[in-house]
Amino acid sequence: MASAAKKLLMDPFSDNNPITIQVLGICSALAVTVKVDTAIVMPLALTAVVTLSNFVISLLRNVIPSGIRMIVEMAVIATLVIIADQLLQAFLFDISKQLSVFVGLIITNCIVMGRAEAFALQNPPKDSLLDGLGNGLGYGIVLIAVASIREVLGFGSWLGFKLMPENYMGNGLALLAPGAFIILGLLIWAQRTVTKYVED
Amino acid sequence: MREDTKPITFAAVICITCSLLLSGTAAGLKEMQDANKAFDVKRNIVKAFGISIKEMTRLEIEETFEQHIAEDPASDLPIYTWTDEGAETPSKYAFPILGKGLWSTLYGYLALNADLETIAGISFYKHGETPGLGAEIEKDWFLSQFAGKRLYADGAPTDFQVVKPGYAQGESEVDGVSGATLTGNGVEALILKDAALYTSYFNNLKGN
Repeated sequence: MASAAKKLLMDPFSDNNPITIQVLGICSALAVTVKVDTAIVMPLALTAVVTLSNFVISLLRNVIPSGIRMIVEMAVIATLVIIADQLLQAFLFDISKQLSVFVGLIITNCIVMGRAEAFALQNPPKDSLLDGLGNGLGYGIVLIAVASIREVLGFGSWLGFKLMPENYMGNGLALLAPGAFIILGLLIWAQRTVTKYVED
Repeated sequence: MREDTKPITFAAVICITCSLLLSGTAAGLKEMQDANKAFDVKRNIVKAFGISIKEMTRLEIEETFEQHIAEDPASDLPIYTWTDEGAETPSKYAFPILGKGLWSTLYGYLALNADLETIAGISFYKHGETPGLGAEIEKDWFLSQFAGKRLYADGAPTDFQVVKPGYAQGESEVDGVSGATLTGNGVEALILKDAALYTSYFNNLKGN
């Protein structure tokens, strides 16, 4: 793969991660990370949405009238999100029940709108597609990391498989939003120490 | 194209494209989604009748429902009946229960044994309670406590209670969830409310 394309795809995994560096998409990162299975499906839905919305908006970038730019972006994103939600309800009913409103809330996930504004409007479709894919997966990695810690501490299992002994008392804090905040904070700290990122 | 009408034209094209896509998807997937929802209801009624559905496939659950469960057509309130294989008359009765928990409305089913007084089983299929705390009400350890408990005595609902964890004694008490007292209170209140609603139905049934 050409190095420019590789950089577009791989940067969001670490050096420019949407959650740990840009601190976007926190709401859903707290809400759907109680268990690993939802933390896998949610990023898949988000990745599909952000990849396609980046692609579509990049295709339209030279014809969108600047006055209604954001409304057009919202319409494109909202359409994609509703389609993703409908597909989940048809094919992954149990998981869509657990994710409940959070799939619909991908519409307001700052990562999707952020990538449309910051990247897709200035770059050709192929690059935008890679950028969307990278950001969606970068979001997914962090969600799975948070969910792994929460599920192991809270339920003593990982992806439903028992890891802890039968008499393990789940840690309630890990299952609540404050526990997720603490874990996410520690992850951001660790990640920024490794990449030597400093807020200006 | 005139510059001043361009935004309106563009917006119209986007709107029509999006709405066509959406209505196409919704119409195309509706049948599968409805089937999923209908199955979810059936699965929870089967579960309320005290059947362990964990190891059962979707087909097995559907078959169990078809074979044993029917809705009572004579009742104004929804009632599901369970008929054992080869039996003429139903042996268990289930009705929907719903009410407020701490954060959300809880939806479920409660089934009674043939004596029309003790509980055969209970299930919750929809709620928005805190995972690990209030959401424990949908776990087997909580639900399995209800089997055999007394809901009606002498033609009226008993003083059914969800008590502090570890304190359940007597035939109309179950343990609550530690850290989720308010969800437990909600469960107690909604069971009593719906038990009162169905009192006359079960009294009539006994009278016959």
